[in-house]
Amino acid sequence: MADGIKDKVAIIGMGCSKFGERWDARPEDLVTEAFEEAIADAGIEKDQIEAGWFGVFFDEQNVGKSAYPLSQYLRLPNIPVTRVENLCATGTEALRGAVYAVAAGACDIALAMGTEKLKDTGFSGLPERTKGTFEDLYQPGFTAPGAFAQLGAAYAAKHQLDMSELKRAMAHISWKSHENGAINPKAHLQSRLTIEQILDAPTIAYPLGVFDCCGVSDGAACAIVARPEIAKSLVGDNYVTVKAMQLAPSNGVEMGHQSWDGASTITTRRASQRAYAEAGISDPRKDISMTEVHDCFSITELVLMEDLWLSDDGRAVHDILDGRFDASGDIPCQIDGGLKCFGHPIGASGLRMTYEIYLQLLGRAADRQLKSPKFGLAHNLGGIPNRNVAAVSIFGMND
Amino acid sequence: MLSYGITEFAAYVPMQALQRASIFDAVGWAQGGLKAYARGTRSYAAWDEDAITMAVAACRNLASDSTNLAAQAQFCFASTTAPFLDRQNATVIATALNLPQTVHSYDVAGGQRAALAPLMTACRHAAGDLLLAAADKRPCKPASVMEMLSGDGAVALRLGAGECLVELVDCEAVHADMVDHYRTAATGADYIFEDRWVRDEGVGKLVPQAVLPLLERNGLKGGDLSHFILATPNTSHARALVKALGLHKDALADPLFDAIGHTGAAHPLMMLVHILETKAEPGQWIMVTGFGQGVDAVLLRVGDKLAAYKARRSLGQQTADIQAETNYLKYLSAAGGIELDWGMRAERDNRTAQTVAYNKSQDLYGFVGGQCRDCGTAQYPKSRRCVNPNCGALDTQEPYHFSNKTGKVKSFTEDWLAFTRSPPHLYGNISFEGGGNIFMEMAGFAPGELEIGSDVEMQFRIKDIDTQRGFHRYFWKAIPKRRD
Repeated sequence: MADGIKDKVAIIGMGCSKFGERWDARPEDLVTEAFEEAIADAGIEKDQIEAGWFGVFFDEQNVGKSAYPLSQYLRLPNIPVTRVENLCATGTEALRGAVYAVAAGACDIALAMGTEKLKDTGFSGLPERTKGTFEDLYQPGFTAPGAFAQLGAAYAAKHQLDMSELKRAMAHISWKSHENGAINPKAHLQSRLTIEQILDAPTIAYPLGVFDCCGVSDGAACAIVARPEIAKSLVGDNYVTVKAMQLAPSNGVEMGHQSWDGASTITTRRASQRAYAEAGISDPRKDISMTEVHDCFSITELVLMEDLWLSDDGRAVHDILDGRFDASGDIPCQIDGGLKCFGHPIGASGLRMTYEIYLQLLGRAADRQLKSPKFGLAHNLGGIPNRNVAAVSIFGMND
Repeated sequence: MLSYGITEFAAYVPMQALQRASIFDAVGWAQGGLKAYARGTRSYAAWDEDAITMAVAACRNLASDSTNLAAQAQFCFASTTAPFLDRQNATVIATALNLPQTVHSYDVAGGQRAALAPLMTACRHAAGDLLLAAADKRPCKPASVMEMLSGDGAVALRLGAGECLVELVDCEAVHADMVDHYRTAATGADYIFEDRWVRDEGVGKLVPQAVLPLLERNGLKGGDLSHFILATPNTSHARALVKALGLHKDALADPLFDAIGHTGAAHPLMMLVHILETKAEPGQWIMVTGFGQGVDAVLLRVGDKLAAYKARRSLGQQTADIQAETNYLKYLSAAGGIELDWGMRAERDNRTAQTVAYNKSQDLYGFVGGQCRDCGTAQYPKSRRCVNPNCGALDTQEPYHFSNKTGKVKSFTEDWLAFTRSPPHLYGNISFEGGGNIFMEMAGFAPGELEIGSDVEMQFRIKDIDTQRGFHRYFWKAIPKRRD
């Protein structure tokens, strides 16, 4: 059996653009912003990068397919670049490609970049897209909030909760993320909200109100990864390493089989079990210091606390209301504001999460710095509860 | 008594009907005379229903499953508002009903006698098994009289030889190019002429020309008819015939104005279904007429077995279940009389990959999924490998029909962001009795009505409209499970 990715690759530099409604920027600007920060952080020359992975989801939204947008924006010296796409796990997929290449010994230093420019459609929410030639003929014309809202009704029914009870916990999630985002200068949304404001917001897709939904943002984030020996020579003895990177896509069970309860994400459970094993973590509630999870909607974060084994089944509502995942709690979740407030430029999000964990592990997270974090977990859920790709990554310092 | 005639009958009326007083409230300022009609309700199709979907629903309300239709039977679809001018509408319905592929399907159109044409032909030739569906969703100009008089609905009859419920005895027709109203692609809606002229010169003179010889040939007089059906939009026309035909006054069939309205080409048969459900007795004579550029008249005799027949869902039950709508603009939007601003999300391109739609037509229109031979799991769509995580067998799936299955709502939302012509957009996971889970659209639930565990049944509806190319496509939606 393979021994996994643990400690085989180091992150030597990271960058993240300001997220938000970047009417001022084109994808080239966002990518450059993230890259210049990362290369300065790593202290290397651009020519030392031997390969790149480039994550973009909505290729229709003016970035374009293939390798050359990244190669062109950064004027890379014709090194190999691979464009990757895996829904909202796209950014993490870019990182996984770069990490695997370095671990395989195919190159010493690799770049993972993710970006998305969503705010050029003329309307709020995500751009419209087709589902292909067959599925469009029968699948519902859903939106992201409508597809994730399904979790709310199903979760409440499964655990016999009154919807108002569930909504209060969901509101707490959004409240907490706004509190965290308010002190993060790169976050899209830097305002605070009261629980009442969140609960009183107009309904988007029952039971989700507008403040149960994350920001739709423009942005870019990137990582430069290298073999640990190189990391040591470049940045010294203390550097961040990859402890685990796992991915679990749906195989159709949620769409077509009655065994799924509609109130959880099967894929997150699978991916996180494997990631904990790969990282050698037997008690995640003890060892995971912080999480950056796919809080596209408040209900998603709530369900994920159980799917990541951080709450017992049916207990997430109580753990959330008890503050376990607040900035001051046991396992802070979205200390940077999360998708909710930092924003969600799809292709960049996995790398944005990694960026925050990287800063926290190195003690560079300014006003939001947590006390001596051990392991940070990043989680993406691409797609919708009915069919998705879950990515779970764990990072920590080199041993 | 062995004979040729009707062996099954059923109707379909949409769940909702508009209060005519609401029409008057909205447009009375412009057409004060409409007050004369401002009582009762008129049925109307939801935005995602048309003559095709209503015909499918009517056929599915018949007592027996249409898939048992004889391989050499005929299926005829009669309508003046069939959605496609050149694409056989009957075949869409036949596919949705999973009729044997060798059933001869055809459309009849061209006027208010459309639905009687196949009946006349069947009567004259005692043809073999025939499934006849008639439906209309009449386009009406806002504030027109026809908006008050019309209703949307469909009827289905099954005919054959043997022990019939109602025998087709004889028929007679006259044609006369009297333009009481007309509709062309250019007019869009009916253009109607003076009502009294139609009554006196049209109905009053033409109907007797067909009916009297028919009665005489069969040794009958007007007074022998227990039920007389004349389906013109103006309900006073039939009364003008009482004297001319020597009818009993109480033989005039209920025009169904109060709850439904005039359902166009389907209406003579709609009135017949109502008679058969509520009043007809063995041995009675029934005259069904169709009026439009002449007259078709069919003489029927009620058999002994009628009382034993039960449609899956009766017209009476559907009428009782109608939900009265008072919002005129909501009706107008559903009827296509007004185009609201649905926002940029409505601009998404909905071009249909016809190669796929044809290749998967049984899956999509027939709602046929797969059932694994190895583990028995029902699934949609049919796939190469079984979806059961404990099975996964390759190429083991037999065709499995979902259209006649009920289910329960496993998850849902009311989505106010997604584009639909009837917000909120309803969709979610449905767990089917007998197995299978489908993430699908729903219809017919009011906001706040859907719950986890709600019982649903399937109905054939319009899925998406491709406004750019004038095309639309159909699929099935989960609707509230209704009483039989």
